[in-house]
Amino acid sequence: MIISIASGKGGTGKTTVATSLASVNPGSVYLDCDVEEPNGHILLHPQFHVEVPTTKSLPEIDYSKCTYCGKCAQVCEFHALINLGSEIFLIEELCHGCGACEYLCPEKAITEKSKTIGIVREGFSVLNNIEFYDGVLNIGEASASPVIKDVKKKIQENKLNIIDSPPGTSCLMVEAVRDSDFCILVTESSPFGLHDLRLAIEVLQILKIPFGVVINKYEKLYTELENYLNEVKINVLMKIPFDKRIAEDYSNGKMPDVFLTVLNEEFKNIIKKIHALVAVDHINTTLH
Amino acid sequence: MKIAITSSGGSMDALVSEQFGRCQYFLIVDSETMKFEAVSNLGEQMQSGAGPKAAELIINKGAEVLLTGHVGDKAEAALKKSDIIIVDGLKGNLKVKDAINSYLAKKS
Repeated sequence: MIISIASGKGGTGKTTVATSLASVNPGSVYLDCDVEEPNGHILLHPQFHVEVPTTKSLPEIDYSKCTYCGKCAQVCEFHALINLGSEIFLIEELCHGCGACEYLCPEKAITEKSKTIGIVREGFSVLNNIEFYDGVLNIGEASASPVIKDVKKKIQENKLNIIDSPPGTSCLMVEAVRDSDFCILVTESSPFGLHDLRLAIEVLQILKIPFGVVINKYEKLYTELENYLNEVKINVLMKIPFDKRIAEDYSNGKMPDVFLTVLNEEFKNIIKKIHALVAVDHINTTLH
Repeated sequence: MKIAITSSGGSMDALVSEQFGRCQYFLIVDSETMKFEAVSNLGEQMQSGAGPKAAELIINKGAEVLLTGHVGDKAEAALKKSDIIIVDGLKGNLKVKDAINSYLAKKS
């Protein structure tokens, strides 16, 4: 089973929820796909034993064959190639490595070269008995998707896989949550939390991924969030109270004590609830 | 000499556009005759890569000088490769013809 943890807004507590879920489920696989700033390792304390580089493809032009026809620049969806007439100028940051230029070059003057853009780290958290993987994008690199794809190659079908997604609703979030059996959206009791949650919900509906919501930093007085969730009939999996001790533990790089004691059962129940929701969703989709 | 300038309209009386990749029009002006060609910028609505695309257009039009407000890093790299002189810092309250005249006056 693959469960991804996403949010619209950043800082709602994705990593807190994801690491807690992993720690109450020994034998699970943790995949930190927030490759621009992976921080699951701070809370799960894995021992890393392997680092594998991730590469992206860039076009390389053989000028002995190039006729400067400009076809490559024309077909580039991302405007990464510019035909200067005496040179084909490549803007590396814009290249997505799709290979269209190579495929359509009439002179067969383009080949692929690869460039290292980050690493995938493999480790094990003895304390929690968790297999741990994360991706680290090199500083200055613009496209993180290839790193996320490489981290997701470590998914193990017959185990519980927990994916920590990047925030937002851009390509990177889509890449991280894609193919999940279920997505947990972590939000907070604030207008910002609600606004960005709605965006994230839209994405998941398009991707047809069943989901539920965890409300972090729960504040009873802020009713708009719950009113909305009731109205559109979205399952609330858990409410985490606003508690200074959680923030203190988290800031010290510790799994919050409250999660391991008072809220421990609730965290364990999340997975049960998800199994039920996935089963219901499966019945609904097969009936329609 | 051909001068490219970013503009908010298709005439010499239009105001200068301070944006390079996302301006409305490029005017390619012949400094000897002051005749010009107005090219509407397709990059205005582009999600990304508008700057480099605009640079490609300027290069293909054979301009030697570019007058504009600000050019981003990626477009600048491409323009410099083609030895195009970039004159930036133009303000959007200036008319295109005045900007060109003042550039030509300073140059001579």
